[in-house]
Order: sequence, then C-alpha cells, then structure tokens
Amino acid sequence: MRLFWIRLIVTLTVILGVNYIAWRWLFSLNWDAWWIAVPLIIAETYSLIDVMLFGMTVWRLKVRHGAPPAPADATVDVFITTYNEDLDMVMNTALAAQRITTPHTTWILDDGDRPALLELAQANNIGYVTRSQDWDSSVPRHAKAGNLNNALMETHGEFILILDADQIPDPRILDHTLGYFSDDEVALVQTPQYFVNVPPSDPLGSQAKLFYGPIQQGKDGWNAAFFCGSNAVLRREALMQLGLVRYVKDTEKSVHRALSASRSAIRRARRATDANQPLIRDALNRVESATRDAEVRLAAGEALGDITFQVRSQVDEAVSGLVRADITALRADLDEIRALEVQGRHRVEDSDVMEIPDEVIDRMSARDWSPLGALESVQVVLDLLSVERDGEAQPIMPLATISVTEDMATSMRLHAMGWRSVYHHEILAHGLAPEDIKTMLTQRLRWAQGTIQVMLRENPLVQRGLSFGQRLMYFGTMWSYLVGFVTIVYIAAPVIYLLFGILPVTSLSWDFFLRFLPFMIANQLLFAVVGKGMPTWRAQQYSLALFPTWIKACTTAARNVWFGKPLGFAVTPKARQSGAGSWRLVWPQIVASVALVIAAGVGIARLVAGLNEPLGTAVNVAWVIFDLVIFSVLWRAILYKGFAPDSENQSTTAHH
Amino acid sequence: MELSHRSADGYTIISINGRLNMVSAPQLRQYVTDVVAQNDPFVVIDFAETDFMDSSGLGALVASLKVARQAGGDLRIASVQPQVRMVLELTSMDRILKPYASPSEAYQR
Repeated sequence: MRLFWIRLIVTLTVILGVNYIAWRWLFSLNWDAWWIAVPLIIAETYSLIDVMLFGMTVWRLKVRHGAPPAPADATVDVFITTYNEDLDMVMNTALAAQRITTPHTTWILDDGDRPALLELAQANNIGYVTRSQDWDSSVPRHAKAGNLNNALMETHGEFILILDADQIPDPRILDHTLGYFSDDEVALVQTPQYFVNVPPSDPLGSQAKLFYGPIQQGKDGWNAAFFCGSNAVLRREALMQLGLVRYVKDTEKSVHRALSASRSAIRRARRATDANQPLIRDALNRVESATRDAEVRLAAGEALGDITFQVRSQVDEAVSGLVRADITALRADLDEIRALEVQGRHRVEDSDVMEIPDEVIDRMSARDWSPLGALESVQVVLDLLSVERDGEAQPIMPLATISVTEDMATSMRLHAMGWRSVYHHEILAHGLAPEDIKTMLTQRLRWAQGTIQVMLRENPLVQRGLSFGQRLMYFGTMWSYLVGFVTIVYIAAPVIYLLFGILPVTSLSWDFFLRFLPFMIANQLLFAVVGKGMPTWRAQQYSLALFPTWIKACTTAARNVWFGKPLGFAVTPKARQSGAGSWRLVWPQIVASVALVIAAGVGIARLVAGLNEPLGTAVNVAWVIFDLVIFSVLWRAILYKGFAPDSENQSTTAHH
Repeated sequence: MELSHRSADGYTIISINGRLNMVSAPQLRQYVTDVVAQNDPFVVIDFAETDFMDSSGLGALVASLKVARQAGGDLRIASVQPQVRMVLELTSMDRILKPYASPSEAYQR
C-alpha cells in the first residue's frame, strides 16, 4: 500500500516537475540576462533530474522480511580493518566480533603494523593480518582496498564480514544475513551504518537514515544495492572471480598497449643513440623482431602467457648475446695488453677473466644490470610485456583500486558480472561518527572524491553487463554529488536580483507560481512519504550547505583521473579533532551568507526607493532566508562540542 | 653520463658522473683516448659519482686500459660504488683492475 502512494506521488512530482521546467525553458527565460537565466534554468533542470532519479529509486522500494536459513557449514571470516585507530577501540570491536554467534574466524587487518595490536590479538586468540612483504615501497598500497586484498590472500572463509574498526557488531549479524547467500547468485549483503554517538539533533548530519533506508531499499529493488565499505558480508568466490577477470583484462590491455608502443619506443631509441654502434643496432633489431613476432601471435589468438614468455626468452637471448659480445671484446683487449707487457714495465696478472662462467653472463644479463636498460623507452615497453603485474603487490586485486571508495567501484563491477546484492534493513552494528566539523568534512570529501573517481573512470552509464536500472541507480548517486555547482547558481540568482533588479525569469506572475509551487509541494510530500516522517531535513541542508566540499571533490577527482595528480587523500580520523580554526573550513559559506544578507538589505532599500518590484523582492528575500536557514546548520556544526550522552540522551546501546 | 677530468701530480683524474652503460660506454673510450693524447698517459678513473656499470661499460673500461698502456701509461680505478664493485668482483676484473679507495691513492708508491 505504501508503495502505491509512493508511486502515485512520484508520478505526480515528475509530471508537475516536467510541466514547470518545460515552461521555464520555453516561455520564461529572460534572454536579456542570459548570463544568469541560462545557468539558473540548467541548475533547475539538474534538480529535476535529481528528483526523477530519486523517484525512480524509490519506485521499486524493496522491504525484505528476513533472510532464509543460512547455508549449512558456511565458513566465515570477519575482517576488522584498522590503520591508526585507538587500540582499545579496535579490540572492543574485535572482541564483539568474536562473540558473533555463527561459527567464524575473527581477523584484525592492521594496516598500521603495530606490534602492540599483534600482542593483544594473540592474547585474545584473534587472527592478525598485516601486509605481506610483497607490499614494499615500489608498489602502490591502495589504502583500505589494499589492506583487504592482502587479507583475502591470507584467509580462506567462504564469506567475509567486513567491519570498520569502530563498528561494534551485534552477535546476530551473521545469523541474520548469511541466509541470503543460499541464493547462489548473491555476492553481497549490506546492512545499515548506524552511529551511537550522535544526538537526536544530529548537528553534523551523520545518520544517513534516508540512504540506509529508502534509498538502499529502492536500489535493492533494482538489484543495485551497493557496498558501503563496512557492515557488509561478501562472497569470496565472487570477489575472487572479479579479481581474476580484472587481472586478465588488465594484462591484455597492458600487453596490447606495450606492443603498440614498442614501435615508437624502438624508433625513439634508434634516434636517441648512436645507430652506428653495432651492438645497439643489433640489440634493437632483435627486440623489434621479438615484438613483431608477438604481435602476430597475439592476433592469432595465442595465450598471453606463452606470448610474453616467448618475447622474454628472445629478448633475454639478445641481451646475453650483448653481454657475451662485450666480454669477448674485453678478452681480446686483455690479450693485446698482455702482448704489450712483454716489453713494458706493467704486468697484468693472469686472471679468471679469460673464462667467465655462464652464471656470470646470466647475472650481467639480468633485468637490473642488462645493457638494454640503457635504452629506457625500450625497457619500459618490455616490462609491460609481462603477465606478472610487477607494478602491483599481488596480481589478483579483488577489491577495486580505481577509487578511494573501493566499495562502490567493487559492487558495480560485481553487478556488471551478473552477481546480485541484498540490502538488509536492520541495524546489526553500532559505530562512531565524526564528532567535529573538520573530521566530518574530510570524510564527506573522501566519499565524494571516490564517487566522482568511479564516475570518471568507469561511468556506469556505459558499463557493459549492467541493466538499465542498475546504470541509473549508480549514476544517480554520482549525479547527486554534482550539486555543488548548482548551489552556487541558487545563491547567485537572488543576490543578483536584489542588488541590481535583474530577474532571470521574464516575469514573476501567476504563470510562475502556478507551475512552481505544486512541483515544490509534491517534491516535499515525496520526501515526507518516503521518509515516513523521519527527519530528512538535515540531509537536505547538508547537501546544499557543503557546496564547496562537493566542488572540491569534483575538481580534485577530475585532476586525479585525467592528469594523475594526487587527491590529497586522508584517512578519516576516528578521534575528535581540535575545534580551533573551524571557521576557516567554511569560509566560502560565510562569504555567501554575508553576500546574501547584504543583498537582502540592498534589495529592501531598492524597493523603498522604487527601483525593485514588491513581488520580486518578496520572492527573493524569501529565497535568501531559505539559503540562510540552510547554511545555519554549519553554525551548529562549528559550535558542536562533541557527543555528550547525558545532555541529549539516546536510547541505543552505548558501548563506551 | 657526464665526463670530466682534472690534472693531479703526474697523472690525470677522469670522473664519470652517471651511468656507464651500453649507450654511454663508447664515449668513455673516446674521452680516455683524448686525455691520454693531450695530457698524461697515466689516468685514474674516479667512480665516486658512478652508480651503475653494465657489461658494455666494463668493456669500455678495459678498452681504455689498453689505450693507456699503448701510450706507455696506465689506467687505474678508484672510489667504486657497490654495484660497480659487484660487477668487477663477479667477473674477476678486480684481479686486473684493483679498485683504490681514492684517486690520490692510486699512484702512491
């Protein structure tokens, strides 16, 4: 019945929204002020699409009623990921994980490699995993995804429950989720993230009740509920399959790229070196013929392992030929020197140089000492012609490493391979949210950056294997992070009218209100019905108020993906940061607020002076007040002194 | 690779800055030939700034030794870095070209 009402209101909202936006595009644009009129209509269109994607999500809202019985004899590993969190916190979580009723093995994945934590784990009979030696300084660490990928190689449970260091699991967490895996196609069961250290007023907007609720339930209806990094159970087989498929794909790509780059690399090496040196000329010719061979065999569909092995052997042969030629020349020189000595005063002792053993030739020919190393561009190509993935700690990387939010990227790839996901709407872990604005902003920035990275690297709209609905579900989440740019227009438009009397619409008449107000009302009604009266206002406030964070996320992620610039990635600290200087973190919002207030004052003065119209002034002053109310959440966030369980009591189970 | 030389008491010190490999090796031989022709037939190759040598580099070193001997002089080596030392030891070339601790020690006695 609820679904019926939701669908009715979605339909109504979309019809009213299209009616309004179409009218705006066709009949209301003030082309004299196109520089604000066009950005505003684009911003409004963005918002309509956002609402439509939200409507599509909740259209299929899926309420599950518990999992079927768990598969018998399932083996489970519980992973607790940590980097630098407080040891007490980690151990609290680990000991709670040990008490999970379903048989399982608990592991602490310590990316901080702390001996004290190892000791605590051993004393409590908890497994402890830290990075293997393969993760040396020459390979990327991939943060949490790397930590998980490393642990996947060291453990062997069929299912894996992943918990952040602060997420205290309920003993029933596996009882209530494992059963979904009796469907062989299910790869992921995600449960909500709930935070115990958040007062009912939620000044930092931590409880994502709309997301861990109607949004994930709606995505679940489209088989697109996604992995959120913690409080989720994953099927190892699905992850491993994913890792293997990616490994093959990436290797193919790298071999193809290497072969197509080899021509120009060899050409460049010929140009850069003295082509008259017979040794170099000969080496380059042999490398060239080896790569041409490989191209032919690749086209013929031969296995990459065979092809790369063959290239290696041919190149190795060429290299040891080079070394032998060097040694032969050297011996001839030594002979001549000895002949000189018969008359001269020097002596060259007899030496083993005359018969250099093959092992030495081999050593001199190895990758690090090879004379071919002198031809750098060629060596780079040859290194790519391999199936070992030398640039990574391990060839198989099940958790995606293309984004700092490995979770979303991984579940999207799982969906593209045909696996199913489940969102189980029951709080089965109690975690800690940031308690200060600085940490909160860092966390939001990271989520947004990761999401945009995925959008730019593997845009869901064009991923093969995803259904139409899945594409839009993933895209919807990414779309919502573009709101930062739109917010600037929503702030600028009223300021421009109040200061200069320039309206982006041709007139503020009944035509406008008759189309705009019904859409707005339907829109708010939709949120109210979907949220069943839960407070969604905080989330709406933050989605607009954090516009500088969203913009920064988009620009840094784009620079990262397109130009390889670092993101400036930071682990979200779990401990409260000092509040000093919080004002500086939100200076763009302060500037915007001041501009809005000044504009309202000037606008009213202009009204008195007869320069602005009464209706336009009223609408825009109302708009300014709306914007200021939105930003007011940041005042509360800055003044928030952290969670005090006594002052604003919570009914949930506190654990510390 | 950068080559430079300076005169010392009765001999010339040639410094190799960079990697002595297949591409740069012929340069060394030419350089030694020029130094021997214009200055001293007695030279020391200073390896203090040489972080790498491959088999071609080794070959060039021996060819340079020949050039110096033919001119009635000698070629010695000094201040070798770990990788270069490994190459010399592995090929037993250290029995022919003994690495001295510093250029000034090469012609003491």
